[in-house]
Amino acid sequence: MPTESPTTGVRDGATAPALEARLVTKRFAGVTALDSVDFAVQPGESLALMGENGAGKSTLIKVLTGVYQPDDGELRLGGAPVKFARPLDAQRGGVSTIYQEVNLIPLMSVAQNIFLGREPRNRFGLIDFPRMYADARGLLEVYGIAVDVRRPLRSLALGIQQMVALARSVSINARIVIMDEPTSSLEAREVETLFSVVSLLREQGIAIVYVSHRMDEIYRVAERAVVLRDGKVVHVGDLADLPRVELISLMLGRSVEKVQRGGATAFGGAHSSSAPAVLVADDLSRKHQIDGIDIEIRPGEVVGLGGLLGSGRSETLKALAGVMQLDRGVVKINGKTVRSGSVPAAIRAGIVMLPEDRKAEGIVPGLSVRDNIVLAALPRLSRAGFSSRRNQDAVVEVFMKRLHIKASSPDQIVSELSGGNQQKVMIARWLAMSPKVLLLDEPTRGIDVGAKAEVQALIDELAREGLAIVLVSSEVEEVVEGSARVIVLREGSIETELDGDEVNEDQLLAALAGTTDPTGARGADR
Amino acid sequence: MSVIETSAGPTTDSQVRRERFAGVLQGYGAAIVLVILVVVGSVSFPTFFSLNNFTNIATQSSFPLIVAVGMTFVILTGGIDLSVGSVFALGGVLAAYGSSLGVWGALLLPLLVCGAIGLLQGLLVAYAKMAPFIVTLAGLLAVRGLVLAITAGGSNTPLVKDATFSAIGQGGVFGIHWTVIVAIAAVAVGTVVLTRTRGGQAIFAVGGSESASTFMGLPVARVKLTVYIVSGLCAGLAGALNASYSSSGVPTVGVGLELSAISAVVIGGTLLVGGRGSLVGTLAGVLLLSVIQNMINQVGSLSSSVQSVVSGVFLAIVVVIQTVLSRTQRL
Amino acid sequence: MTEQTVTITLPKRGATLMVLQKYGVYIAIIVLLLYNLVFTPNFFQIGNFRTQFVQMVPVLIVALGMALVIGTEGIDLSVGGVMALAAAVIPLYIGYGLIPVVIIAVVVGGLVGVINGSLVAFVGVQPIVATLSLMVAGRGIALLIANEQLKSVIDPNLLAIGRGSVLGVPYSVIIAVVLVLIIALLVNRTTFGKQLIAIGGSRRAAELSGLPVKRILLLVYLLSAVLASIAGIIGTARLGASVPSTLGNLIELSAITAVVVGGTPLTGGQVKVAGTVAGALLLQFISATLNQHNVPDAFSQITQAVIILFAVYIQRGRAAVR
Repeated sequence: MPTESPTTGVRDGATAPALEARLVTKRFAGVTALDSVDFAVQPGESLALMGENGAGKSTLIKVLTGVYQPDDGELRLGGAPVKFARPLDAQRGGVSTIYQEVNLIPLMSVAQNIFLGREPRNRFGLIDFPRMYADARGLLEVYGIAVDVRRPLRSLALGIQQMVALARSVSINARIVIMDEPTSSLEAREVETLFSVVSLLREQGIAIVYVSHRMDEIYRVAERAVVLRDGKVVHVGDLADLPRVELISLMLGRSVEKVQRGGATAFGGAHSSSAPAVLVADDLSRKHQIDGIDIEIRPGEVVGLGGLLGSGRSETLKALAGVMQLDRGVVKINGKTVRSGSVPAAIRAGIVMLPEDRKAEGIVPGLSVRDNIVLAALPRLSRAGFSSRRNQDAVVEVFMKRLHIKASSPDQIVSELSGGNQQKVMIARWLAMSPKVLLLDEPTRGIDVGAKAEVQALIDELAREGLAIVLVSSEVEEVVEGSARVIVLREGSIETELDGDEVNEDQLLAALAGTTDPTGARGADR
Repeated sequence: MSVIETSAGPTTDSQVRRERFAGVLQGYGAAIVLVILVVVGSVSFPTFFSLNNFTNIATQSSFPLIVAVGMTFVILTGGIDLSVGSVFALGGVLAAYGSSLGVWGALLLPLLVCGAIGLLQGLLVAYAKMAPFIVTLAGLLAVRGLVLAITAGGSNTPLVKDATFSAIGQGGVFGIHWTVIVAIAAVAVGTVVLTRTRGGQAIFAVGGSESASTFMGLPVARVKLTVYIVSGLCAGLAGALNASYSSSGVPTVGVGLELSAISAVVIGGTLLVGGRGSLVGTLAGVLLLSVIQNMINQVGSLSSSVQSVVSGVFLAIVVVIQTVLSRTQRL
Repeated sequence: MTEQTVTITLPKRGATLMVLQKYGVYIAIIVLLLYNLVFTPNFFQIGNFRTQFVQMVPVLIVALGMALVIGTEGIDLSVGGVMALAAAVIPLYIGYGLIPVVIIAVVVGGLVGVINGSLVAFVGVQPIVATLSLMVAGRGIALLIANEQLKSVIDPNLLAIGRGSVLGVPYSVIIAVVLVLIIALLVNRTTFGKQLIAIGGSRRAAELSGLPVKRILLLVYLLSAVLASIAGIIGTARLGASVPSTLGNLIELSAITAVVVGGTPLTGGQVKVAGTVAGALLLQFISATLNQHNVPDAFSQITQAVIILFAVYIQRGRAAVR
């Protein structure tokens, strides 16, 4: 991929940064999300903000846009200190944000959305629609977008909707535009339009902060990158001097030269298996999300799904678990087709999934540990519809002991437990169903080191007992050390598959970056 | 926020056509059914198609229409106002009491008090962030209690004492009651406010997406507060006009009015989740319900409870159709 | 990654709020009883309490069903219409004897629940609207069935339900107690109860755990309608007449109030059966107290409105209210 540096934009010290964060620290309930972060973007510059899950990227964006207020440090707008008490203050200060989810009113027209709250009025104080439409057309024309501005926003493609959001912010005099994963649901053509708009904005001296997990885009759109990891800035520099593999290793915190195998996690070594595959998935596809994914998993095997955020790794799990409707593709368990798009069918077939968002999709926060553990297994633990307390207690006791769930009693409300223990409760819920395939989406995210090691050791143990496990994790060492095989996804398709000795950080990083691996040998083809 | 699949744009022409058709059906369905019903009624009942009967329908519709105008404002923001029936009764009783001070007393007293009730409910919804349905349910109860309290438990029916005020409800021009003109004016003014002013646009925006409206810097709480005041004023005004029309403030009127008002608004194509709808649709919805009632009366042998069965079933059907249409349009 | 502390220490104000949320209804009942002990002559007499209990039976039974519906984050406004419907079919079939007429009334009422439940679970209509339309239509149909007439019912077995008693305990109270026990058992001891609460607690988590969410919602609305039908039968038995025009009018308000006052949040995920009983009891005592002090009906309505607002305001602290 070319890594040319765009020619536009001012980057010298002659002008003050358009937006600057100085030694910004933000803590949540004792957790430091941002640790003395320095960040500056110059007028007309396009700056990439990089980092994996939990690096503090979104917290920084929220501080810059007034959603959060920093505990320490200050923001400067055009060199002058500012405080954003709420998002509106930031917008009025000229900081605007374009999210992947368009923050407009879908039912209202394009023009209405652009001018909402400041519609042009005639001398009777009524909205002057002809003028509003003309103005809206004019605004959009600048970006080469010809669209009937009277159409409701929702009838337009997402890319156009984003342009409308952009046109709105720029027409409210935005000086800094933060783009948070703007392309994740766009078609290739729409991405091109977005990029040309970005250059236009930069020519007008508008600063761009670009957040994306798509490496190709970053190198095309941005000239400089700020890399965050664990709430700290770990790198600031020109992208031209930063090879892709190095950027990824910075994000993931793994050095390219010194890669060790083993020791960083509690995994006891990968498990391969020669038994016939228990799960066979063929051509799983869904528009904009995944495309033609084939997977085979054998009992007793841990298969890692590698990939950066947005690569389709969570979507693949959802497809397997029946959570996501598929456009095409089949999932088979021991040769029998599982009805697609049905969670109960998948569970009956023995496929269970630990969802990524534990709080929103996993636990039922108001219920006790006991109720959460037995939630899925209730019908099996009941007789004639009556839930047997004795059966439940037996199951709950076994799993609380086996998984070392720390709760004052099975009756404790689950939301009072630590994240690690909540996660173990979730695993217990599924083990109680005696599944064949366990899908784990970020099983150790947001839990402490001790609990993490326990969960990892547990995954190991379950595999040894013959469970087939699919592991998704944004931590490289977890994937590398935990998996016998790693299927690497990129932009919704399988990039490559690493097996045996190929499962190491070098090759994984190379595969994530979409380049040939450092040793020169191409990763194993499927 | 909706998931990705619902926010994706249309892909094929047939999809666009289907969506557009669904949109038209949603917006004008009530008007279409109304026309069909009028034709059917004219053919079936000899006494239906007459100027006299039509003025009758118009007059009967005018009171619920004014209430439904306020209800439309509330529903457009995604809220609901269950208190209108009680406020309607209160407006009538206060107008009758106020008429002893002359026509201005008869009009201003109900408007002030009912507006204040709307304000109170609006404050609880907009600022205390309580669920609209529970706040206005309590309002329904409390205001009815208030009505009973000021009429000696409902046994006291105050009479209208001002001739000018009586003339508003009973007189008219060219055979059209003033109440009809007031109702039409309410629709007209409301339509201009909703479609041609910044405040009106903000109402649609808040109902369309509260989070996006906040994000875009609209005064969401103030918008919500305003619609409950408007609804209180409309219900109070309708009650006052009804008192003028019937020469007395009957404490027991308006029971179940919230249901017919909501039905009319929903039948008129306004989405219950807010963000889309029109007062013209509401007008069609109110007329539709009145015509149905009128036709039931024409049959003569049918009891009046057929009316509530029909409107209940009608509401259910419309809501199901709306849900399906919304899905087709991927709202 | 460091551990995220999930336990949140509540500030003092929060602690008071918690106590109010949890025990407010019981405290209120005690305060009210103490007040009556001092200021209301003849309040503490068995006869008076018997009257109080008999009067609260319909609201209590309806509130039990309402509690289940609210537990799933729903609402059922059609209960009054269902009561009227059940009342309306009684005179038609009373000739066949008590058991058949009860079955018919419950089946007819239950049909409304099936429609409600189907609209909510399968079509995806908001619970308020789905049940609103049946609130209107239900009473209308009831009036049509009854030909808009009040009909006296003189079947001795039926009247006994409303007026008879065994060992001084009225039959209707016994029925209510049995239903309370059944619902408590259902909520606390059955798969169904646990599942419905899980759906209210997190519909997404319930779906991802493979729960039959739609079927459970359907059953919940069916149960609510069945309970309302039973309330309709008891109400008719007590009046000795089928009065579809007024029976159960505004009962949805009292039922919702009883449920919310009893500590079941409108946001679902919890069902407090004991609290609901206490809520119904509190409402009954309040209206009795006002009544015995000759406070007009009007003010007891206003009082109820203030109580419901206050209770919801307090419960609001538990979860975001939509």
